[in-house]
Amino acid sequence: MTVMTYRDALNQALREELKRDDSVFLMGEEVAEYDGAYKVSRGLLDEFGPKRIVDTPITELGFAGVGVGAAMVGLRPIIEFMTWNFALLALDQVVNAAAKMSYMSNGQFPMPMVFRGPNGAALQLGAQHSQAWESWLAHIPGLKVVTPGTPADAKGLLKAAIRDNNPVIVLEGEMLYNTKGEVDENPDLIVPIGKAELKREGDHCTIVTFGKMVLVALQAADQLAKQGVNVDVVDLRTVRPMDVDAIANSVAKTNRAVVVEEGWEVCGIGAQVVDYIQRECFDDLDAPVVRVHQADVPMPYAKNLEKLAKPDAAKVIAAVKRVMYLGD
Amino acid sequence: MAKKNTSSPASPAVQGAAAGSSARDTAVGYMHSMLLQRRFEEKAAEAYAIGKIGGFCHLYIGQEAVSTGTLSVLRSDDYVITAYRDHGLALVRGMTPRTVMAELFGRAAGCSGGKGGSMHLFDRKLNFLGGHGIVGGHLPIATGVGFAISYRGGDQVCVCFFGEAAVNIGAFHEALNMASLWNLPVVFIIENNRYGMGTAIGRSTAQQDVVKRAAAYAMIGTSIDGQDVYGVHDEMAAAVERARKEHRPTLVEVRTTRFMGHSMSDAASGTYRSKQELDESMQRDPIQLLKKKMLADGSLTEEHFAKLDEEAKVAAQDAWDFADAAPEPAPEELFAHVLSDGPTADTAGYVEAGR
Repeated sequence: MTVMTYRDALNQALREELKRDDSVFLMGEEVAEYDGAYKVSRGLLDEFGPKRIVDTPITELGFAGVGVGAAMVGLRPIIEFMTWNFALLALDQVVNAAAKMSYMSNGQFPMPMVFRGPNGAALQLGAQHSQAWESWLAHIPGLKVVTPGTPADAKGLLKAAIRDNNPVIVLEGEMLYNTKGEVDENPDLIVPIGKAELKREGDHCTIVTFGKMVLVALQAADQLAKQGVNVDVVDLRTVRPMDVDAIANSVAKTNRAVVVEEGWEVCGIGAQVVDYIQRECFDDLDAPVVRVHQADVPMPYAKNLEKLAKPDAAKVIAAVKRVMYLGD
Repeated sequence: MAKKNTSSPASPAVQGAAAGSSARDTAVGYMHSMLLQRRFEEKAAEAYAIGKIGGFCHLYIGQEAVSTGTLSVLRSDDYVITAYRDHGLALVRGMTPRTVMAELFGRAAGCSGGKGGSMHLFDRKLNFLGGHGIVGGHLPIATGVGFAISYRGGDQVCVCFFGEAAVNIGAFHEALNMASLWNLPVVFIIENNRYGMGTAIGRSTAQQDVVKRAAAYAMIGTSIDGQDVYGVHDEMAAAVERARKEHRPTLVEVRTTRFMGHSMSDAASGTYRSKQELDESMQRDPIQLLKKKMLADGSLTEEHFAKLDEEAKVAAQDAWDFADAAPEPAPEELFAHVLSDGPTADTAGYVEAGR
């Protein structure tokens, strides 16, 4: 085990998989000579050369489609979006091409490719640069969507995504790139797609979460523990396909659940989680499930308003107390 | 080095054009190829009218010289990709009339297992990459195929067909810019039939001389008559050679006419296009132009033409009969191939849950 940043964990995953399979290449804006807008691809151009680390024009739809075409004829593209906010321009290729090609062709053209980049809000970037896209992407059959919240999961899930024979969306976090954690340097290790992890154990309540909110949930769990409330933190790690068993097992034990996500409420991932809970755990529940999410507004710029809009540990703690019928 | 082969081996449609064949065989091969497309699609229109074919169905009738002339210059390891007006190209590339018609009928024996439909014909063995339904969406994909060829150091070519209305969508610009920037072996073919659905080119496109767009990408652009199969062949041979040898993309405008409506939902004329205009265009039917030339040079007789035409009609009827009798996809197919890992759900359980 080595302590490293989320950024370096992703970099290591890319380096290992580029070494392992020469049909893998990385393409996107500023990934090569600039070393990546967020330095995730630092040093890769020097090591693998311009054929495999490819700078593109600012042309999201175009290079997403280049990835689809290359995958159709057997390469394994990794398409980096500088941020997922810019990927909206590429959604036709992600949704209409990558996600459907296998099905429309009756399995003749699988899509072994990855679309990755930072997702969700950072700090005061304003409305157009501060959005969490999980539910948009997880809505689409034919895609897998992973949301690593720690350096170890970032490395293991990115490696699994690159090796997968389907289009996999990897949602990273700008605010996560500098976070540190222990990472196993064994190049053969992956984190399986579709498997949640219990990041913390407790009997009183379940917190289901993913991505950047894992850290927020763990902070809340620490503070709750000081007040004698012990929670399970179920980190989904993959939001499609979702590990329903992991959710149900925890809720069956605690009888209470809070779902925490970074994005908006309406049709969010949390709504899907709550649906699974009512289907699988109806008789186990001692209280209605409560959701924590971003306020239903475009992200404001002003620091105080941005803070108000975002989910945070205090909001998670309040939600847990609500489902436990505890006062402040 | 892959073997030189000017026709896909499985293609009966252009086999007359195979290397070493005589000029007469080439001409007969073109005629056979165009007649097959024409009679097949007439049969498809008939099937659509009585509800055997559903959804959208876009016919290629009138544009057959473009598919026949272009694909006759390709090798079997080259790649073909197109939009939703794809029946003719699929047949010329070598899909059997049976497998194409079965797809239109939504049957398991179709080239896409009945799950694609008219707009999504695919055949991996023939390097036929679809069949795409979003205008312009497949152009970046063609650039990606060119990227993969270049990545592996191969000498194949990708030919990409689309209508003139697609030049106005952003994907066209993005795809051509990267193809030229990176020296990729792609031939972009504008099938200019002057109407994007019901919108005449003059109502949609500021620069109607669409091939001038090539200049924006430092790309060679050429413009040719799409009703003359020989002219199409010769220009495409040059463009394909440029891609194969010089790794340079080309933009080719092929001026053509669709003799039918945009899809089976609209009349060929009378709304957005006058009958007079269509009648004049139909004077330049690619099949009749070739027939006239062959009769004049003695490579065809009326009797031989009638025989070729009858063969095409028989093949089209055979395709219908096959498709009509073919089984529908099994219910288990519903969840198959969503992912390449295997079915994503159990059909029986899904049906049960809905009760």
